[in-house]
Amino acid sequence: MKFTKIFLFIITFFTFVSVSMAAENSKKLLNPGWSFKGYFGKFDRASLQRGYQVYTEVCAACHSMKYLNYRNLAESGGPEFTVEQAKIIASQFEVEDGPNSDGDMFTRPARLSDKFVSPYPNDEAAKAANGGAYPPDMSVLVKARKDGANYIYSLLLGYEDPPVSVSLDDGVYYNVYMSGNKIKMANPLSENIVEYIDGTASTEEQMAKDVVTFLAWAAEPHLEARHKMGFKAILYLFIITILVYFSMKKIWSRVETKV
Amino acid sequence: MSDNNYTPDSKLGKWFNDRLPLLTLSKHLQDYPTPKNLNYWWTFGGILTFCLMTQIVTGLILAMHYVAHADMAFESVEHIMRNVNYGWLIRYVHANGASMFFLAVYIHIFRSLYYGSYKSPREIIWILGMIIYLLMMMTAFMGYVLPWGQMSFWGATVITNLFSAIPLIGESITTWLWGGYSVGNPTLTRFFSLHYLLPFLILGLVVLHIWALHVPGNNNPIGIELKKPSKDTVPFHPYIVIKDLFALLLFLIIFAFFVFYSPNILGHADNYIEANPVVTPAHIVPEWYLLPFYAILRSVPDKLLGVIAMFAAIFVLVILPWLDTSKVRSAIFRPLYKQFYWFLVADVLILGYMGAMPAEGTYLLIARVATGYYFIHFLIILPLLGYKEKTLEVPLSIMEPVLGGSTNPSFTKSQKKNI
Repeated sequence: MKFTKIFLFIITFFTFVSVSMAAENSKKLLNPGWSFKGYFGKFDRASLQRGYQVYTEVCAACHSMKYLNYRNLAESGGPEFTVEQAKIIASQFEVEDGPNSDGDMFTRPARLSDKFVSPYPNDEAAKAANGGAYPPDMSVLVKARKDGANYIYSLLLGYEDPPVSVSLDDGVYYNVYMSGNKIKMANPLSENIVEYIDGTASTEEQMAKDVVTFLAWAAEPHLEARHKMGFKAILYLFIITILVYFSMKKIWSRVETKV
Repeated sequence: MSDNNYTPDSKLGKWFNDRLPLLTLSKHLQDYPTPKNLNYWWTFGGILTFCLMTQIVTGLILAMHYVAHADMAFESVEHIMRNVNYGWLIRYVHANGASMFFLAVYIHIFRSLYYGSYKSPREIIWILGMIIYLLMMMTAFMGYVLPWGQMSFWGATVITNLFSAIPLIGESITTWLWGGYSVGNPTLTRFFSLHYLLPFLILGLVVLHIWALHVPGNNNPIGIELKKPSKDTVPFHPYIVIKDLFALLLFLIIFAFFVFYSPNILGHADNYIEANPVVTPAHIVPEWYLLPFYAILRSVPDKLLGVIAMFAAIFVLVILPWLDTSKVRSAIFRPLYKQFYWFLVADVLILGYMGAMPAEGTYLLIARVATGYYFIHFLIILPLLGYKEKTLEVPLSIMEPVLGGSTNPSFTKSQKKNI
């Protein structure tokens, strides 16, 4: 009996291993170590603020973030800009509002309650401006890719000169982490493309790490609250489980059967 | 039920109970004689009831904020995740709750297979359970469509397209299911409506499932009929209540780890991309709990036969009480069946893994062998085993196991202590 179980376990295990080895052919992703991973993971505030700067100065030229509001920038668990700072950030964007009492649409500076302004009026315009490739909305991008944080980080640093065997069309670039190695986005980062307000040296690795931290927060804005609540909930469950265990032992001590 | 001559103590209670015997029911549930020797695999019935209630309650709240429209569904889910107070918690509990529900139901089903709980006189309990399982799969499938991500859309397309395999009327049926010529807004709205309806049908069937259980009473690890109530049984309250609660709490700790620390690990990343009818994902995979059936579907080269095989895989389970010809229930006393049981467990796990892999080359070959074995197990091995197998001697009662008949030494030990 024991033998059968062990035998079956080994068979099943090796089937899985051999099959997953066959599936493993893509390049291993870079992992710079993220502060928001793990049971007590939190975002690095300074990194989030720098990441916002990279997003707004570089990515936002093409990528929208339509599920975020400017108020989110000042909320706890996020970049935690002060409300005043967030108001100033918002006011740098123009949004269409209306109709006013004359029935006309008008533009005004964005407020905290507005959604992030998209770079293009619609998806078709976005495609037309980018050689037919739609720059994906970045609100949930980290969750929309397998191992998203590491993937986007790797992709940002994965631009290389194509091998001789690969010929690229105009507007197509070579990236070792992209599936098929061809990507329609030009390398967005180069040293010092962003001048960080806090004086951090803007190397490509630094900018990639900061912007991915920002994107990870954007995809999961309540991550810190979730981690905190999880700790409390599981601690509570552990304690009550122990109490219930002893109650159970006590109750079952009246009959001879063990539980 | 032997306890229906109960009279409440208070006058009011008696007055009420004469008109609606809820107190009699409550008394019955408390006193319900339960075998002493139930192990922890028996706690999953209670866990499943909890899962169903959790899904209904979280689902109700989600439905207050969700918008069932092809243009707004994805955004409304993001709205729940970002702006609704604790919306992220409710949604993650609901999404992971579905997986935990299936995890529990698979353990519950495999427990029944091991201990022969589906055999006479419990066939109706088993069949009701299978209908619940079928409804659960439908509900979960339709629920997965609601966020209107890429996997939602393409999963719905693949599954509804299966019906087009039916000769002559197939195409009309799929058009009727979609409410159009492809998966679209009418499909989404009807899936939402049905996703809301089916859990209440499941709830009704669960009541029947428990009712049918309370007629013969629980099966037990050694699979013998017990005198009830007797030295072999304990009243449901407080013994089983506290034990089920303890098991439920352990289950909740695992549940909580998923919800709070890896809420998206069981889902597919592509479902965070909004549905796009012109872009097909590289691999369309259903949720993990449907993978074994998906593997069976794809391992048959012909579409119609594949669909038939998939439904047959569930149907053989429904008629299982008549396929298994052995009079002995528990695998403890069936040395051969016990081995085949573990073969089946491994087979289903392999099928599940193959369902997640692309249907080509070695994967497809393994999936075909595993599909074949699945049917061989139920249609050939089980009926033959009843005649060929030499079973071990079955004890007469839990408290007085025949010498060497019980594999659980704790029974004999506690017996000695008692003397």
